[in-house]
Amino acid sequence: MPHAASGIDCDIHPALPSISALFPYLPAYWSEQLRVRGTDGFDSILYPPNAGFSCRADWRDGAKPGTSLEALRRHALDGFGTRIAVCNLLYNVAAVRNADLGTVLARAMNDWLAAEWLDREPRLRAAIHIAPQDPGAAAEEIERRAADPRFVHVLLPAMDETLFGKRLFRPIHEAAARHRLPLAIHAQMTATHATTSNGWPSHLAEDHIAMAHAFQAQLLSFVYEGAFTAFPELRLVLLESGFAWLPNFLWRADRTWKAMRAEVPWVDTPPSAILREHVRIALQPAEAPPDPAQLPILLEQLGGDELLLLSTDWPHAQFAGNDPFPAGFPATLRRRVAEDNPRAVYPRIEVSP
Amino acid sequence: MARHVVAKAEEIPPGSRKLVTVRGREIGIFNHEGEFFALLNRCPHQGGALCKGTLVGLVTSDAPGTYDYSRPGEMLKCPWHGWEFDLRTGQSYCDPKSTWVRAYEVTVEPGEVLAKGPFVAETFPVSIEENYIVVEL
Repeated sequence: MPHAASGIDCDIHPALPSISALFPYLPAYWSEQLRVRGTDGFDSILYPPNAGFSCRADWRDGAKPGTSLEALRRHALDGFGTRIAVCNLLYNVAAVRNADLGTVLARAMNDWLAAEWLDREPRLRAAIHIAPQDPGAAAEEIERRAADPRFVHVLLPAMDETLFGKRLFRPIHEAAARHRLPLAIHAQMTATHATTSNGWPSHLAEDHIAMAHAFQAQLLSFVYEGAFTAFPELRLVLLESGFAWLPNFLWRADRTWKAMRAEVPWVDTPPSAILREHVRIALQPAEAPPDPAQLPILLEQLGGDELLLLSTDWPHAQFAGNDPFPAGFPATLRRRVAEDNPRAVYPRIEVSP
Repeated sequence: MARHVVAKAEEIPPGSRKLVTVRGREIGIFNHEGEFFALLNRCPHQGGALCKGTLVGLVTSDAPGTYDYSRPGEMLKCPWHGWEFDLRTGQSYCDPKSTWVRAYEVTVEPGEVLAKGPFVAETFPVSIEENYIVVEL
């Protein structure tokens, strides 16, 4: 197979080898606190390091997945012929109850990414990691980091104890919109609250599937809270959300809007139209139909060649081989998804560091 | 097109409505503060009895959290799915160009004019002392 990607990968996952990697980037008080408390870290529980789906078997090298820059170059960049890839740390700062600690951790993660990854590999870009539990401090971090064009979006978890379209997050919306930094919502759970509206499921497999509902709730929150009305430049990028659920969700959202729009009179066009303009979705994991012949039907229902962005989700095991596009994906759309769409939603991504 | 006498004006005081049948069509006659409006009693969405719905005001907004309320009682919400229709035009709020309910011309005519015709008033006798609701279809 040729290198099908050769473009911009909007979702790869370097990982902290341990929390001590952040100590040089933390204020002395906080690195001492973490050392004294023996805090062991905030890795995402969605991807236990030894689980099969947490790293492709042909990418495993004995180290904790995502911790080696050499492995990243070999597999995530050279392996796909990727020009540019965006690093997203799945480190659960949103789950930290102490907002001050969350804020300094997020800042340290950004400093660590810049120094240990971006400075060493010019093909890498990164998310601005924030602690949304303190929206004011989060906006300050966006402001500070926006000066560095290698930071191209702002990362938020899909599952938290609240919905990020709400007005208390306006400082985050405003800062992101002003700097043309999309808010990237990633499949992630803070595990500080039940992962379904029916309480806690018993199995991790249920949490993974429940993500689709979490993404839907976040999308509606941004529409109905009027975040896009207040900040027309605001964009969302959904990472590891899948996209097959989207047509059904949009149909239902429009239907409900017609019945209940008086509740949200600032939403004066159908939610589907607003979301198609403001939302982009990463390709992998692609929950494509088992029959590849049905994929074009799904893509047509998604409505628009602008919607999808290339992603590999390295090092997670989402597909085999070196073609991240699922079987049946139209050849004519590949360049759009790999190049045109990412460049459109990330105006900063081509700026040389 | 013919003009049909459908009710005595006094039967539909301000704030009330009456369902009438003209040439096999159920039509809702509304008196909104002395102005009369007539809409087909069939929601274009799924056929619900639209004219039995609640009359509400129009709410629009320039910004999240602001509510610009106007035209109280001039939007009719279908009792089935809550779609809103403009009492004056029959147009839906959400999709005014292609989703609308048929609106009919309504006038109030004195009995003495009606007596001269040409009007269709099979259902009840017209007396020259009273006023009548006339629907055109």
